[in-house]
Amino acid sequence: MKKLMLTLGALLVMASVLTGCGGNQAKADNKTDAKSSATSGTIKVGTEPTFAPFEFADKEGKNYDGFDMDLIRAIGKQLNKKIEIVNMGFDALIPALNSGNIDVAIAGMSITEDRKKAVDFSEAYYVSGLTVLVNKDNNSVKSINDLANKQIAVQIGTTGADKAAKVPGAKVKAFNTNTEAFLELKNKGVDAVVIDKPVAAYYLTKDPNAGAKMVGETMDAESYGMALKKNNKRLAKLNAALAELKKNGEYDKLYKKWFGTAPTK
Amino acid sequence: MEFNFSIMKDAIPLLLAGAGITVEVTFLSVGLGLAIGIVVSLIRLSGIKPLKYLGNVYVDFIRGTPLLVQIFLVYFALPAIINHRVDAFFAAISACSINSGAYVAEIFRGGIQSIDKGQMEAGRSLGMTWWQTMRSVILPQAFKRIIPPLGNEFIAMLKDSSLVSVIGFEELTRRGQLIIARTYASFEIWLAVACIYLVMTFAVARFVGLLERRYNKA
Repeated sequence: MKKLMLTLGALLVMASVLTGCGGNQAKADNKTDAKSSATSGTIKVGTEPTFAPFEFADKEGKNYDGFDMDLIRAIGKQLNKKIEIVNMGFDALIPALNSGNIDVAIAGMSITEDRKKAVDFSEAYYVSGLTVLVNKDNNSVKSINDLANKQIAVQIGTTGADKAAKVPGAKVKAFNTNTEAFLELKNKGVDAVVIDKPVAAYYLTKDPNAGAKMVGETMDAESYGMALKKNNKRLAKLNAALAELKKNGEYDKLYKKWFGTAPTK
Repeated sequence: MEFNFSIMKDAIPLLLAGAGITVEVTFLSVGLGLAIGIVVSLIRLSGIKPLKYLGNVYVDFIRGTPLLVQIFLVYFALPAIINHRVDAFFAAISACSINSGAYVAEIFRGGIQSIDKGQMEAGRSLGMTWWQTMRSVILPQAFKRIIPPLGNEFIAMLKDSSLVSVIGFEELTRRGQLIIARTYASFEIWLAVACIYLVMTFAVARFVGLLERRYNKA
């Protein structure tokens, strides 16, 4: 019995030692030191980094990369604040803003009336639209109008999901990430994916085995904005920094880097 | 379909780092859960009325609601109550250990109740107190019997800890998801993730088997 107690004791000690080191590891993983999060020197920025080319984890898994990430870092530099990126599910971002777990959400989030009821948005920083993605061998679907009574995959909580829900008779499958929705299409589990056009375009260029194509016209031109908790005083500063970046050419540079063209004015 | 080995190979170090976090969450949660579980099971068996009911409510609530919902409660609902943000690490560990505590409490209760009632009666008639008998007669025997279910709980938590990926906590599953978002190589990455989980659970199962054999001899 004593032996057993000793083993159990040893296990517990081992666990606490492991977690002791592990705790540091986890902190290092948060990309910046956690202590400063309470002070105003850091802005905690929430995102869903499975949304290339706007946000995704880089090859080493150390940092987050993409247009949104570059933009928020540039804004942080303007405001002289440290940017700490917090990664979470897309549908978790607005609750996290309102519970104070994050200060700002930048996640390719379209500014919509519904979302405006829950949070405030910055000025638009990107103009996007929705597209329909189908398999290459599918010649019957030419636009979203052909999707009635078909199956559509979407990413949960996105404007693409809202759009798909309005297609008469269509069965909508919602996935946590857009990659899962793309895979469902590839596996022929659905007839189409309704998603933000730049994301679909990036997928088609990056995955040689995608076997898909975009059809129809770009729908519902919509603007991406940064979301903040309602009545957050930081909003004005954020907008000022964004305006400054647009004026000094920094914004155009980032746009060119990620989308290969100059922004449409 | 082409199988891309190089993507898989590149991903392994990242995934292993995630596996380290998974192990960390599991160790901490089951460790704290063990402490919670012992206390709660003794309280429930002690017969002290208000405490006993509290213990029952705790176990019923935790076992009757999904871990995923408990994680959401700690991470999203708790800040509204305490008016302060909750760290993802803290949320992950507290949700998992409170969850584990309820299961461990049940494991302990089963173990203690499996010891013949006559032993408690014998201890008490020898003049020992309830707690003395519990500590030096009942618990030592109960410990031996609960090794296998405790091992199961550990393996279950190792796998269930993947649920904390929903709050963006970068353990093994979330790492996999993040790599797929960049590479679109879902088959390769999920296969690698599965293999890493399998190696970990297999190692724990062997270790528990070893312990079991040792204490059956002793």
